[in-house]
Amino acid sequence: MIKVIELKRTVTDSNDRDAERLRRELKDRGIFLLNLMSAPGSGKTTLLSRTITDLAGKARIGVMEADIASDVDALRINALGAESIQVHTDGMCHMDAGMTRSGLEGLGSDSEIVFLENIGNLICPAEFDTGAHRNVMILSLPEGDDKPLKYPLMFQKCDALIITKMDAASYFNFDLQAVKERVRALSNTIRIFPLSAKSGEGMAEWESWLLTEWENHKNA
Amino acid sequence: MHELGIVKHVIKTLHDVALENNVRRIGSVTLEVGEVSGVVLDQLVDCWNYFREKDELVKGAPLFVERVPAVTFCTTCEKEYPTVAHGKTCPHCGSTETYLLRGNEFSIKQIEAEVNEDA
Repeated sequence: MIKVIELKRTVTDSNDRDAERLRRELKDRGIFLLNLMSAPGSGKTTLLSRTITDLAGKARIGVMEADIASDVDALRINALGAESIQVHTDGMCHMDAGMTRSGLEGLGSDSEIVFLENIGNLICPAEFDTGAHRNVMILSLPEGDDKPLKYPLMFQKCDALIITKMDAASYFNFDLQAVKERVRALSNTIRIFPLSAKSGEGMAEWESWLLTEWENHKNA
Repeated sequence: MHELGIVKHVIKTLHDVALENNVRRIGSVTLEVGEVSGVVLDQLVDCWNYFREKDELVKGAPLFVERVPAVTFCTTCEKEYPTVAHGKTCPHCGSTETYLLRGNEFSIKQIEAEVNEDA
């Protein structure tokens, strides 16, 4: 028998449900998962390395590196003594909840805060829920102040925006005020942290936000 | 190739649906795609035509797409306007206190399915 079935179901429906389940399970296991998204070369691994060093003794941080290939990023994190794991997406341009779940299985049970370093790309990672508790975007100063105009969805989905490589400000025409206004037009709630993981400027504000959100998550 | 990943998600969701509704085979799939959903239709159809042949459930099934125009609502003057032409700023009163009413859809509207009768 042939019949027409009305569905009205979003394409990401099965992923959305997986993500919601994963989010709850992780909370029960005492893990705070952050999904870190950015363009390639924005300084994600450098920022994480500095954050891990600065917060040593306050939080055990684990990192899941998602790349299309290679393990160079995971090796850099391992060198700091933090737990890290490399996930390959086999050419896929984003991580979904299923991939995040299997990646986390490879990570030991030691980590309290886990960063998912999503694929370097500003389009698809914004559309697929990974099951993370917070979404964070990194924009590096050399990429330019017009990024919020080009990739609006990414800025709408994130809880925090980190602007990295601020120490290079004198070499670029980057209008920080304009970025803040453009981002505010897309989201009233997003927190913005301009910083330099190299000089350390601005790191304290970001780290304090991270620890506060972790507390909020545990008490939620 | 964003559309490739999307097609994989569509097929995964269709398998869920098939299980819930006792569907043996899917004859056609109709998607509803918003004007500002960021999907490139030509690529989506190409990926579909490639992947459907690798999956028994949707083998040979054509993909139909219905476009949904994007409309934004202004909370200041309470009027609607076309999103693509004006973005976030209301053309009636200049306010930016606006939100997308529709046009971001990307959903499976309906399927034609062969259902197992002994269920």
